[in-house]
Amino acid sequence: MITLSKVSKWYPNFQVLKNCSTHVEKGEVVVVCGPSGSGKSTLIKCVNGLEPFQEGSITVAGISVNDPKTDLPKLRARIGMVFQHFELFPHLSVRRNLELAQIKVLGRKQDEAEAKGMRLLERVGLSAHASKFPGELSGGQQQRVAIARALAMDPIAMLFDEPTSALDPEMINEVLDVMVALAKEGMTMMVVTHEMGFARKVAQRVVFMDTGEIVEDAPTSEFFGNPRSERAQVFLSKILQH
Amino acid sequence: MFSNFDYDVIIRSLPYLFYDGMTFTLALTAFASVGGIIFGTLLAMMRLSGFVPISVLAAGYVNLMRSVPLLLVIFWFYFLVPYIGQWITGASRPVQVGASVSSFVTFTLFEAAYFAEIMRAGIQSIPRGQVGAAQALGMTYLQTMGYIVLPQAFRNMVPVLLTQTIILFQDTSLVYVLSITDFLGAASKVAQRDGRLVEMYLFAALVYFVISFVASLLVRRLQRRVAVIR
Repeated sequence: MITLSKVSKWYPNFQVLKNCSTHVEKGEVVVVCGPSGSGKSTLIKCVNGLEPFQEGSITVAGISVNDPKTDLPKLRARIGMVFQHFELFPHLSVRRNLELAQIKVLGRKQDEAEAKGMRLLERVGLSAHASKFPGELSGGQQQRVAIARALAMDPIAMLFDEPTSALDPEMINEVLDVMVALAKEGMTMMVVTHEMGFARKVAQRVVFMDTGEIVEDAPTSEFFGNPRSERAQVFLSKILQH
Repeated sequence: MFSNFDYDVIIRSLPYLFYDGMTFTLALTAFASVGGIIFGTLLAMMRLSGFVPISVLAAGYVNLMRSVPLLLVIFWFYFLVPYIGQWITGASRPVQVGASVSSFVTFTLFEAAYFAEIMRAGIQSIPRGQVGAAQALGMTYLQTMGYIVLPQAFRNMVPVLLTQTIILFQDTSLVYVLSITDFLGAASKVAQRDGRLVEMYLFAALVYFVISFVASLLVRRLQRRVAVIR
């Protein structure tokens, strides 16, 4: 479904991504983890072309992201993305946040988009908040709306960029619960996160990054039980101490 | 000085001052602010464009307009527009457009430079993540701008845009150099005709002051209402 092949990216004076290759099969959940500044977020933003890269290639459902002839907006409409800081549109109501792209991008009718939006809002447990504005919701609620907004587009895969990093601890689980349910339904997911409990529970594979490189790419049980690289061992010992 | 103050000249000329003069002043203010904001927003988008020739072109226009006195631009366009019209239509003589049309065009183009800078600041005040979220949903550049960035930028900038419009309202008085009967022009004509300079110019100042001051107060009240909650 998603294939990254030898992706490299440079900023003017340093290399953020070095030869990164990995893949996500249909229905698979892959967690990307690693120390901050290791390039995880940059990597996942390359997958739907939000970040350009100079070398290598990425294909999603057989369509090349880096081919200049690809209609990127059209491809992005099929890939859901959830951001660290939610990025709901603050000038639009929750209902409108869910409808806008359905209507303007997919060309759905207003009532169809509204029904779809309300169904998804119910699914994330927020139907009562449809008329509110994002600023009136808690962080956890905003992130659940953001997931519903992405799902409203009927995505073939979902990308999560540190979806719980900006949340207060007591709100992390309400978001993870939605993500676990989604994974159980067979959604193809690529998730950048520090939530190792989530990784253990739902991920088929874990990709470990450090300083722009993919250091380890292993089945979940192997990664946690028997990490091969020293860098992954150090990382795990640091975050699993408590 | 006030002993022989003639209030009656003001009363007598009120219909002329307001129906003829103020109508033109307000029409020019409204047209130039709406047109200027639209063209200015376009300039701001061009200036922020990643395509260098486009952004240099917009930056050049904005900087040129902002470095030339308005009075000069008014003259400039008054004498230039007929020739541009001739060039565009291919007519054999300069196309006479008249002082009013010329002033509408001038103010719109001049104010656009100032509105462009305001809208540029407004667009830049919108977090990058908002653009990313819109793009991730499959929106094109124009959809992202039209539905996500510009509405937020515009709302953030409404108070500044209105403040600029109040300045524009005062600046429209410069059209007197084209002998147009705007509010100040009307007051000035009555003043010359009846020899009542003090009365008319004091009254004109008072009217400009009251309108601008009340408008500023309204802007301040509005400022508290339009802010987007984040």
